[in-house]
Amino acid sequence: MTVTPVTTTPPLTAEKPSASSIAKKKLSSPWASIAAIVLAVLWTLPTFGLLVSSFRPERAIKTTGWWTFFSDPTVTMENYKAVFGEEGGVNLASYFVNSLMICIPAVLIPMALATLAAYAFTWIQFPGRNFLFIVVFALQIVPLQVTLIPLLEIFVKIDLTGTFWTLWISHSTFALPLAIYLLSNFMREIPSGLIEAARIDGAGHVSIFFKVMLPLLTPALAAFGIFQFLWVWNDLLVALVFAGGGDEVAPITLQLANLSGTRGTAWQLLSAGAFVSIVVPVTVFLLLQRYFVRGLLAGSVKG
Amino acid sequence: MFNTASTTPEKILQMLAALLLFAAVLGVILFIAARFGGKRGDKVVAWLYLLPTVLLLAVGLVYPGLRTIYQSFFDAAGKTFIGLDNYTTIFSDNDQLTVLRNTVIWVVVVPFLATAIGLVYAILVDRSRFESVAKALIFLPMSISFVAASVIWKFMYEYRPDQGNVKQIGLINQIIVWLGGKPVQLLIESPLNTFLLIVVMIWIQAGFAMTILSAAIKAIPDDIIEAARLDGVNAWTMFRNITLPSVQPTVVVVLTTIGIATLKVFDIVRTMTGGQFKTSVVANEFYSQTFRADNQGLGAALAVLLFILVIPIVAYNIRTLRRSEAS
Repeated sequence: MTVTPVTTTPPLTAEKPSASSIAKKKLSSPWASIAAIVLAVLWTLPTFGLLVSSFRPERAIKTTGWWTFFSDPTVTMENYKAVFGEEGGVNLASYFVNSLMICIPAVLIPMALATLAAYAFTWIQFPGRNFLFIVVFALQIVPLQVTLIPLLEIFVKIDLTGTFWTLWISHSTFALPLAIYLLSNFMREIPSGLIEAARIDGAGHVSIFFKVMLPLLTPALAAFGIFQFLWVWNDLLVALVFAGGGDEVAPITLQLANLSGTRGTAWQLLSAGAFVSIVVPVTVFLLLQRYFVRGLLAGSVKG
Repeated sequence: MFNTASTTPEKILQMLAALLLFAAVLGVILFIAARFGGKRGDKVVAWLYLLPTVLLLAVGLVYPGLRTIYQSFFDAAGKTFIGLDNYTTIFSDNDQLTVLRNTVIWVVVVPFLATAIGLVYAILVDRSRFESVAKALIFLPMSISFVAASVIWKFMYEYRPDQGNVKQIGLINQIIVWLGGKPVQLLIESPLNTFLLIVVMIWIQAGFAMTILSAAIKAIPDDIIEAARLDGVNAWTMFRNITLPSVQPTVVVVLTTIGIATLKVFDIVRTMTGGQFKTSVVANEFYSQTFRADNQGLGAALAVLLFILVIPIVAYNIRTLRRSEAS
C-alpha cells in the first residue's frame, strides 16, 4: 500500500496509544526518547533565545548572552514599545497594517476566481477544456522570478506602482494555478448526481454554484485560504519588487528585512520586531493546523 | 482609489473599495451567466467563469514568462541582442560559478538532511505520549517567514571580537568559547557560511518532511507491524525492511518538493548575508543582478535558468506520483 501525499490529511494529533505499546517503547528505546528530546530542544532553542532577548533591556542584550537571563532576570517591554513607536524610525504598526491590507484581498480574490474557474473546469463541458486545464496546471511551476520584471514594467505603464494594487494583482495571479488545481481536485469528488438532480429541478449554473457547491467546498477553501494567507504574509520577494521601501505599502517582512540589513546589531529592535511579525502566522497555524497542512501538501510546488 | 494611500483609514477604505469593485465584477459575470440556461448556454457560462482567470494568467504569468525568456538574450540595458552571452557568463564567470556551486550544495544538502531528520523524528515520536506537542515544536518554523527565521539564526551566529571583557551574545560562538576555542566570524568565513545558511533552511523544512512522512508511517497497516513484532524483529530491521519500503514513494515526493523550494531560496541569503562573502545562490543572484547591478539581461537569464532547473524535478515528482497511484 502506498500513500499519495497530495490527498492525505496527516493527523497532527496522536491516536491514543495502547498501554502495551508505551511499555514496549519505554523498555526498548530509552535512546529513542533521548534523541527525540535532543532534536526538539535543538529546534526550539534558537527561537526561544530570541524570544527571551526581546524582553531584556537593550544594554543587557548587547553585553551578555540571553542564557544569563536566568541568573539575572530583568524584564522590560521597552523593546516592543520601541518597534511600535514612531521615534525609533521602525514604526512597525504601520507595516503590520499594510500586511493585513495586502493579505485580505490577496486571499479573497484568487479564492473567488479559482472557485468559478474550477467549477467551469469540473462541471461544464466546453471545447478546449482539457487543454486549458493542463495549461493552468503547468503554470504552477513557473518561478515568480521569471515574471517579476515584465510585470513591473506593466505596472509602471499603467501607473500603479507604489500602491497596494500591484501586490493584490500579482499575488492573486500567482495563486490562481494552485488554487484552481486544489479546488477542482476537491470538486471532482463531489458526486455528479447532486449536480444533475439540481439541474433536473431546473437550477442554472449560478444557483447550483451557490446552493450546492459552495457549502461543500468549505474545507478546500479553508485549506487554500490559510496556505495563501501565510504565503502572502511571509512573502518578501514580491513585496521587494513592487511595494517600495516606505511605510505606505510595504509589509512587515520587508521592514524586518531592511532593519536586519541596515541596523543588524540593534538586537533589541530586531528581536521584538521578529516576534511581532511571527505572532500572526503562528496563531493562524496553531488554530488551523489541520487545514494548513492540507494546503501545504497541495501547494508544495508553488512559487 | 488607484493612488497611494498613506493613513490607516485611507488604506482600509482603499481595500474595501477594491473588494467592492471586485465583488461588482463578479456580480456582473454571475448576472450575465444566469441568463444562459440549457446545454447551449453552457459554453458561454464556462467562458464567463474562466474569463477573469484567463485574463490574469495571460497578462500576469504567460506574457511575463515569455518576455523574460526573450530578454535573457539581450544585454544589460535590454537594448542589444547578444545571443547566448548571458548564459555563457553564468557558466564561465568566476562569481557566477560560485553562485552555481552554492546552489548545487544547497539543492543536494537541504533536501536530504531535512528529509532524513524529518523521517527519524517522525519515527521517534510516533505513538508516543507527547506526539502532537513534539510535532508542533518541529513544525512551527514552517509557519513563520524566512525573514524572521533568518533573524532568529543571525542572532545564534552573532559574533563579538575576542578581547578582554567582551562577552559573546550568540549561542554558537559562546559554545565555541566554552569549549576553549576562539570566536569565529561565522557568516563571513567561506565556505562555512554557506553551510550555516543551509542550516536555517533545514530548520524550516524538516517540519514539512516530518509531517508528511508521519502521515505515511501511520498509513502502514497495523497487521504488518504486528506480524514483524511477533517475529521478534529489532528496531533497525523494522526500519529497513518495513518502514522504509512503505514510505519510499512519499520520501521521493518530499525530497523533490524540498528540492524545488531550496532552488528558489532567496529570503534567507538576502537577509543573512545579502549574498556577500561568497554565499549567493541563483535566486538571490537574479535579484542582485536585476536590481543592484542593473544587468537586466543577466537577471533574466538567471530567472530562466531557475525555471529550467525546476522542470526536471517537477517531472520526476509527477512521474513518481503517477506510479504510486497506479500501484
